[in-house]
Parts: sequence; structure tokens; C-alpha cells
Amino acid sequence: MSEGIGASVQRKEDKKFLTGKGRYTDDINRAGQVYAHFVRSDIAHANIKSINTKVAAEASGVVAVYTGEDIDVGGPICGWVVPNRDGSATHEPPHPLLAKGKVRFVGDAVAVVIAESLQEAKSASELVEVDYDELPAVVNLETASSGAEIHEGMAENRYFDWELGDEEATDNALNSASRVVKLTVRNNRLVPNPMEPRSALAEYDELNDSYTLYTTSQSPHLTRLVLAAFMFQIPESKIRVVAPDVGGGFGAKIYVYVEEAVCTWASKKIKRPIKWTADRTQAFLTDAHGRDHINNIQLALDSNNKITGLRVDTLANLGGYLSAFAVAVPTYLHGTLLSGLYDIPAIYTNVKGYATTTTPVDAYRGAGRPEATYLLERVMDQAAREVGMDQAEFRRLNFIPKDAFPYQTAVALQYDIGDYEPALDKAMEMIDYKNFENRRSEASKRGKYRGIGVSSYIEACGIAPSAVAGALGGRVGGWESASVRVDPTGTITVTTGAHSHGQGHATTFAQIVTERLGVPNSSVELVHGDSDRSPFGMGTYGSRSLAVGGVAISKAIDKIVEKSKKIAAHLMEASADDVEFKDGKFTVAGTDKETAFGDVALAAYVPHNYPLETLEPGLEETAFYDPMNFTYPAGTHIAEVEVDPATGVVEIVDWAACDDFGNLINPMIVEGQVHGGIAQGIGQALLENAHYDENGQLLTASYMDYCMPRADDLPSFKVGYTNTPCTHNDLGVKGCGEAGAIASPPALINAIINALSPLGVTDMSMPATPQKVWKAIQDSQSVAAE
Amino acid sequence: MYSTKYMKPNSTSEALDAINSLGEGKFLAGGMTLIPTLKQRLANPDGLVDISGCDLDSIADEGETIKIGAMSRHVSVAESAVVKKAIPALAKLAEGIGDRQVRNRGTLGGSVANNDPSACYPSAVLALKANVHTNSRSIAADDFFTGMFETALEEDEIIESISFLKPTKANYVKFPNPASRYAMVGVFVAQFGDEVRVAVTGAGEGGVFRHQEMESVLSSNFSADSLSSVNIVSDGLISDLHASAEYRANLIKEMTKRAVV
Ligand SMILES: Cc1cc2nc3c(=O)[nH]c(=O)nc-3n(C[C@H](O)[C@H](O)[C@H](O)COP(=O)(O)OP(=O)(O)OC[C@H]3O[C@@H](n4cnc5c(N)ncnc54)[C@H](O)[C@@H]3O)c2cc1C
Repeated sequence: MSEGIGASVQRKEDKKFLTGKGRYTDDINRAGQVYAHFVRSDIAHANIKSINTKVAAEASGVVAVYTGEDIDVGGPICGWVVPNRDGSATHEPPHPLLAKGKVRFVGDAVAVVIAESLQEAKSASELVEVDYDELPAVVNLETASSGAEIHEGMAENRYFDWELGDEEATDNALNSASRVVKLTVRNNRLVPNPMEPRSALAEYDELNDSYTLYTTSQSPHLTRLVLAAFMFQIPESKIRVVAPDVGGGFGAKIYVYVEEAVCTWASKKIKRPIKWTADRTQAFLTDAHGRDHINNIQLALDSNNKITGLRVDTLANLGGYLSAFAVAVPTYLHGTLLSGLYDIPAIYTNVKGYATTTTPVDAYRGAGRPEATYLLERVMDQAAREVGMDQAEFRRLNFIPKDAFPYQTAVALQYDIGDYEPALDKAMEMIDYKNFENRRSEASKRGKYRGIGVSSYIEACGIAPSAVAGALGGRVGGWESASVRVDPTGTITVTTGAHSHGQGHATTFAQIVTERLGVPNSSVELVHGDSDRSPFGMGTYGSRSLAVGGVAISKAIDKIVEKSKKIAAHLMEASADDVEFKDGKFTVAGTDKETAFGDVALAAYVPHNYPLETLEPGLEETAFYDPMNFTYPAGTHIAEVEVDPATGVVEIVDWAACDDFGNLINPMIVEGQVHGGIAQGIGQALLENAHYDENGQLLTASYMDYCMPRADDLPSFKVGYTNTPCTHNDLGVKGCGEAGAIASPPALINAIINALSPLGVTDMSMPATPQKVWKAIQDSQSVAAE
Repeated sequence: MYSTKYMKPNSTSEALDAINSLGEGKFLAGGMTLIPTLKQRLANPDGLVDISGCDLDSIADEGETIKIGAMSRHVSVAESAVVKKAIPALAKLAEGIGDRQVRNRGTLGGSVANNDPSACYPSAVLALKANVHTNSRSIAADDFFTGMFETALEEDEIIESISFLKPTKANYVKFPNPASRYAMVGVFVAQFGDEVRVAVTGAGEGGVFRHQEMESVLSSNFSADSLSSVNIVSDGLISDLHASAEYRANLIKEMTKRAVV
């Protein structure tokens, strides 16, 4: 079917977005609405001696001014914790909605001013006097443990000290290795930068004693749960959370932040709707940042160049407060992926998560898995160079063989299925790997250094099997819900707990319905993003929407089909067991009887001829699906670059991506996700960096200094696929949202190192800016001259 | 943005009256620099005098020079047949500024009056021996730029136009800051018979400057190779998050080489 699974159906949602008709939170206005503006700390670390709000409160248009002392509800909570090596628990310091006694990063909210207009709120904010007693900033991750105490009673500024794997076996492997490859890498800190900044519009209904919060959320139900059950301690039914059109999230819009909660809280105090929308500077300062790890890596090889062990000691910078999933990112989304797609008998990892006086750090596209892939693919490259093997062949030698699945890794996960060599071969073919040396020498005649870099990656998607998540410290379930309502005329309304903020769910999810029920794509309507309109769901992150949410839709359709067969059997005077359903038609085996799906739908709602004694009327089903395992997309990306030695500029001249995402529902949307992911990975590898000075000031807090990837920074991507369908979900799908961002940074850095390896360059940190690359070339030449 | 008064006069003299009627008024040209400053509450003028209605956007060939009105948008300079014919390097410079939106709004006068150390136009003004015509006088390029964000303009003096001397040959090559795409280093090289002027923007702690040594080397031998022996000292060059003074020194030489063709 041309609109079913596997068809590149054009995105239904694009018309409204491309014509500027999207309806975002900031587009919504309510009668009597007022505006909130936050007074933020401009110091990274300080005790608050006093706050004087008197003058501000009397300024023109001001409705209310609140500080931490006024707030009587709890702050953001931690959604995932891990045990420490010594058996104690993760330190979870309180995160007040407005700073109480202390500020812990530049941008920390100290007070809120609510006024009739935004300009009045901003003007009055300038009149709030905060008297600070400045404390030393803690910025450097390597020395964070000896920095000034950030949270009372939290020793060495350490949130947690976690381990995974068999330390003894791993150290034995390292001790008996014929070669140990050592490398230290840093995963640079990124600012998520969704196109639409965060926004909230909170309204209190006095008659019902309930709140409505319109907000930029990837997971409206979670927002409601956290606000009601943990922060406000009121019945969940008293809060409705609506996430209308949302312009990108990349992780940063999963969590409940202080601003949204303060607006909701204050809407009851002043009994007026309150709007707040971040400007870009506030987004830079307060959206949870991503990455920021330092990894010390040791890889053990035997005399046949087979890997025998891997030890990774990681420091993770988690910022001034512990954000909701901050703990999970460097631990269970990172440590568990350290086997990559390699057969590694012994792995051990220790991760220490530190507080610093910087913006909190949490999940950002890929969340932990890009960090794991980056360190692994960098050390794989280094190992190949050290042993003198081709980078692709060294990987191939160590791949988990095809017949080893299901494969139990040394770091808790069990990969259900995969086949890694075909993806490597295909990527090599797509980029014409075998003729690379010719291209390198041709480039060198033009005065350019040409290099090629390989990155083979795996990720755990479809977050998450609840039992596994629970055992590992997760405090929420990982299932997803869907309901499928067949209307009397046979059109379909699908309600999902997943949230689309760029992913194209309205199109992809409709394709599943089209495939299964035979109705045209245009007859399927998707409802999402409103806690009052959809069953409880977990939202969108971790490439879970299709692999968990899509499968829930499929399960609900199963129930629809089952019930429809009973209705059809009645209409055709046959036994339900003999009824078959295909292409929108019910038939009875061995007869020419048939009934259309639409007729069954009508009979369900106009049950004049209907088995009412045994079957309820109506045709609407809900399913909750909890996956049995993660899904494991994997593949190989190969980047080819040319370096201009005069300026250090790296030009990406070619890119081949071959991914195994299992079955593809809409290949066009998948390709878009791959392109976007690679673009973000290129951003990380070449351009982006959240740079703090020693006082904890974010120097890259605008686009004048923070460099986002733009179209002319990117090559044309060659995208290909292999397919080993997921074995444990009905659709055989794995997820594709994060793969590009996971695979691409090491491919690019490896290509740059490969280009400069004739000069003796063996290391390059991210982002590989022109200056850094130029400097590496200069330094290698001065070494050569000595 | 603080609330402020907006005025739109129809001539330069009305604009001067308007600005004099204000305590701390500001001329508003394309607003590409001024409006973001206002939005971030970094400036609080008591009035804006929009000079887009003052007839300051003509572009004319005056024989020895090309005279460009201060309100000429970057896009107009980039697309002007007059400019492209007489000083193609200037059209190329304008075409490389910012993005389409910025080029549709930003103006020559605004760029030169602002004298951002990373702006492109100041290098052309300096290399092309331009004269900056204001409501009260003409200022030679060499006297106009007095330091980072500083010019010889008096308070409430308005740039009406700028005359660029037609060179024998000229070129502008820019190494953009990867984030802002302003010039991290931009070099404007202009040849007038035996004389060569090399103006460097994006790199100097004191803003745009002429590089005398490269000028004299190129005056005797106008070739990229002749620059190889020149040593660009990094003293006085900007060192920031994006580029050290040493790296900028390298780029100055490299961009100059690329400009000499
Ligand atoms: C995203 C972005 C990218 C950019 N990239 C570049 C780039 O690559 N290269 C580059 O060179 N520039 C760049 N710019 C700057 C831009 O091109 C404009 O030149 C600059 O913003 C100033 O011109 P304007 O007309 O917008 O001036 P305005 O912002 O209106 O005014 C700037 C200042 O000049 C004063 N002023 C304006 N006109 C006059 C006049 N006639 N007489 C006296 N004073 C006057 C104003 O009072 C104000 O103080 C960029 C700007 C942006 C926003």
C-alpha cells in the first residue's frame, strides 16, 4: 500500500509549519494575562545576604514580586538515582524554585517579577536589589572535588560515584594484555538550542481549584505528574498540562524547570494567567546543557589484536543542581553502552558525577550514548593506528559475530539482534573506501591534507523496559500508551502519550493505522500533547516514540481488529475464527462473503444488527505497551575531510551513513532524522562549545559566540540502510532519532586525525576549530624541526 | 527594550533638529546593531531618529570616485551596477556581510559609524582612501577611525555619504568568525598605480588598521609570493575565545596572499 508502512509519505504537519501557522505556547493568550520576568544571578556562586523587592513591587504595572522565601512548594526532583560504590545513595540536594540563601550558577532564578506588561516586568526586575556574598566559582571538572562546597554537606562536590562491570576481570585483562591502548578524551559541553525557546502560560481556575499549564514540553504527562505529585502535592487531576506545537526539544524540554513551576504556583496567588517565554540568552543560561565528560580509557589487546578488556574512568559535570535525568545519562545510558558493537569479555567503568557552579547538565540528543560511542570509537582508532591495522578491518575483527545474538555484553545489556559487517561494507562502498589513498595523494598535490574516519556505533533505544529501568534506579515506568478510536464513519483518531516536536508523528503513526486497517492516511487524526485528551503517557525522548509508542498503537489496533472480526462475523453470519481481515476487508475463509471495515465501524455505533448480548457496542481500544528490552540500532558512518594547512579549516567532502534501524515506517522521515542528527554531531565535533571562564560566566551565551551548524557547513549525506528487524516488538522497529548525533562526532574527529597523521598528529579535541587544527599542524611541524 | 520616542524626519537638517531636540537621541539606520542593543537593554536613548527617509541612499559614479549614500543597504551596494563596474571588490564585500536579512537592512553609514572591530566596511573605507562626508565636513579615512567602536564623528554628526577612490585593482578576502560570520580577519587590498594600501579588519585591538610593511612590499612587487618574507607581529592583535593573536597574525598574511591576485 502506497501510504502504509515503508512508504515515504509527505509529512502531514508541514503545511502549517511551513506557512507559519503552527500554534506554539507563546502564541496562546488568555484574558487578563500578565507577564513574568525572572531576576537571575549574574554571579556563579554566592550566598544571598538580602533581597530587597520593595521598590520593584511599587513600580509601574507590577502585580507581584516573589522570592524563595515566599515559595511554599517543592522544587524540581531527580528522576533517576544510582547507588555509590560504597553502597550509599546518590546525593540529591534540594533545588528550590527560587534561590534560597544561595545561588549556584549564572542564571539561577532569584526572584520573579509579575507585571501587566513584559516591559514593566523587566524594568521592575532591575529594581530588585540582591546583596551577594561572593564565593569561589567551581568551573573546572577535573578539580571540582577540591573546589568550594556548592551544596551543604555534599563532600567533594560529588553527587555520586558509581561503577559497573567486573573490575578484577578487567584489570586482569589489562595486566595480561599484549598491548594496552590509553587515551583521554573530553566530550565538550553543548547548549541544546531548540529553535523555540521554553515558554509557559499558567492559568488557575478558582471555581475548580485547578491549574492549566500550556508549556513547551516533550512529555506533558510527566510534567503534570512531577508538578502535582512531587512539587505541589495536590491531586494530579487538578493540573492539566498542554504542550501544543513545540519547536524542537533535543532533550532540553523533557524536564520540569523552575520557571514553568513558578508561573503555575503564582497563577493561584494572583489569580491571573501568567506568561513567561525565555529569550535566547535565558535559553543559553537555563536550558539543561548536554555532554561534558572526561573519559580516561584503557583498552587491552591480545597478540591477535582482539580486544580482551576495557576500562573507562569517567568524570561527569552535572552543574549546579541535579536535573531530572542527569544521573542516568553518564551511568545507565553510557556505562551500559561501552561494549559498542564489539565482543569485549571484560569491561569496567567508574563514573563520578560532580557539581560545578554552571548550568545543570542533562540529556541532549543521544544522552550518554554519544559520549560512549565517542570514547570507544576514538580509542578503537588509536588502537588500529598503534597496531598498524586498517581502521575498518580492526573494527571488523572485533565485531560481535552475526551468530552470537542474542549477545550478553559485559555491561548488563543483552543485544537481541544485529549484523554489523554488512553496514560497514556498505558504508565503505558508498564512500569508495578502497580508492581513498588515490584521493589523498591527489589532494596533497593541491596542498590539502585529506583524511577518512570511521565510526561504528550502537545505541540502546526505545527507552525503556520498566523492570530494567526500575532495577537500575529509574523512578518512572518506560511504557507508552495509545488509544485508537474508530469513528462511526470509519475515520480514525489515534491518541498517544508520545509527543511530536519535529518528529512527524502525525504522518508516521497514521501510516501504521493505514497499513493495519486499510483506511487512507488522510482519515487518521493524531491527538497528542494534552494530559486531558490522551491516556497517561511518558512522552518523547530516547528514540522511543515509534519503538514504544508506535508499538502501543499497533497493540491497540490488534484489539480493534479482534473486536471488528467479531462484529464482522455477526454481520456475515460466520464464526469469528473463520473471519480474515486484509486490506480493509473482512472475508470468510472458503466463501465469497465480505464486509468492509467501514460497515463494521458503522454497525458498532448503530448496533441495529449487532451481537449486543455478547459484545459491547462502539469501537475504541486502548493499549499500554511496556517493551521487554531496549532496541539496538547500529551502523557505521564514514566521514571524509580535507584540511587546509594554511588556515586549519576542515572541509567535509563526503559522508556515508549506513544504519540498521530495523523496519522503516517512513524512509523519508528517517532520512531527515539522520541528516539532522549528523548535523548536530558535526556541530559538536567542529563548531559548538559552551565555554565558561574561570568565574563561571558563560562566554558563549549568544549566536555571536556559540557556533551552530548551518547548511553551508554540511556536505550532502549519502544515507543507506541494513535491516535486522527488532525481535521483541510487533513492528520490528528500533528508532532513529539519535543515531546521527551518536555516530558522527568520532567519524569526523577520526577523519581529521587521519588527515593529519602523516604529520604525526594523534589527537584532536572537540570542537576541532580552525585555530585548533592549525595549531596542531604548527606544533607537529615544530616537533619535526627539532 | 525601554520605551523610547520614535521620529522619522524627511531630510538631514530635520534629522539634526530632531536629534538636537532630544537629550540622548540616537540615529537609527538599518537597526541591525542598534535594535539588538536596545532589546537587551544595553542602551536607553530618549529617542530614535530614523534616517531612512532622508534621501541618503543614492549611489553615483563621480569620475574619480564612487559616492555611496550612508543609508545604502548592503544589498544595494552588492547589486549596484555602478559599484560592480568600478570597484567590484566593494560589491563583493557587501555581498559577504551577514545573511540576507542583515544585508536587506544594514547600511554603509551604520557600519562605518559603528566601527565594530570585526566589521567589513571599515577596511574598504581605509584601503580605498575614502572620504566620509558628514553634515558639516569631509573626513579622510585615515583620520576617521580612532579606535575600537570609536570614530572622529562628533556627537549628533551625521554621515551623509562616503566617496571611495576608484582603484586600479582591489580585492577583499574575509575569514569569517565561525559563529557570528563577522570578520575574524578581513583584508582589503587596493592598488592605485604604484601605491598599494592594505587594510586589516577583525584583528586589531584598536580596530581597523593599515599594514604598512605589506603595503611597501606589495608596492614594489604585487604578488602573493612577495609576502612570504613578511613577518606579521601579533602584538596589538585581538586574542579572544575564537582566535589567539598568533592565529590572527597567520590569517592576516594568508588572507592578504589570497587577496593579491
Ligand atoms: C547577524 C548579523 C551579522 C552581521 N554580519 C556582518 C558582517 O559579516 N560584516 C559586517 O561588516 N557587518 C556585519 N553585521 C553588521 C551589519 O551589517 C550593519 O552594518 C551594522 O549592524 C550597522 O549598520 P546599521 O545600518 O544596521 O546601523 P544601526 O544599527 O541602525 O546603527 C548603528 C550605529 O550607527 C549610528 N549610525 C547609523 N547611521 C548613521 C549615520 N548615517 N551617521 C551617523 N551615525 C549613524 C547609529 O546611531 C548607531 O549608533 C552583521 C549584523 C548582524 C545582525
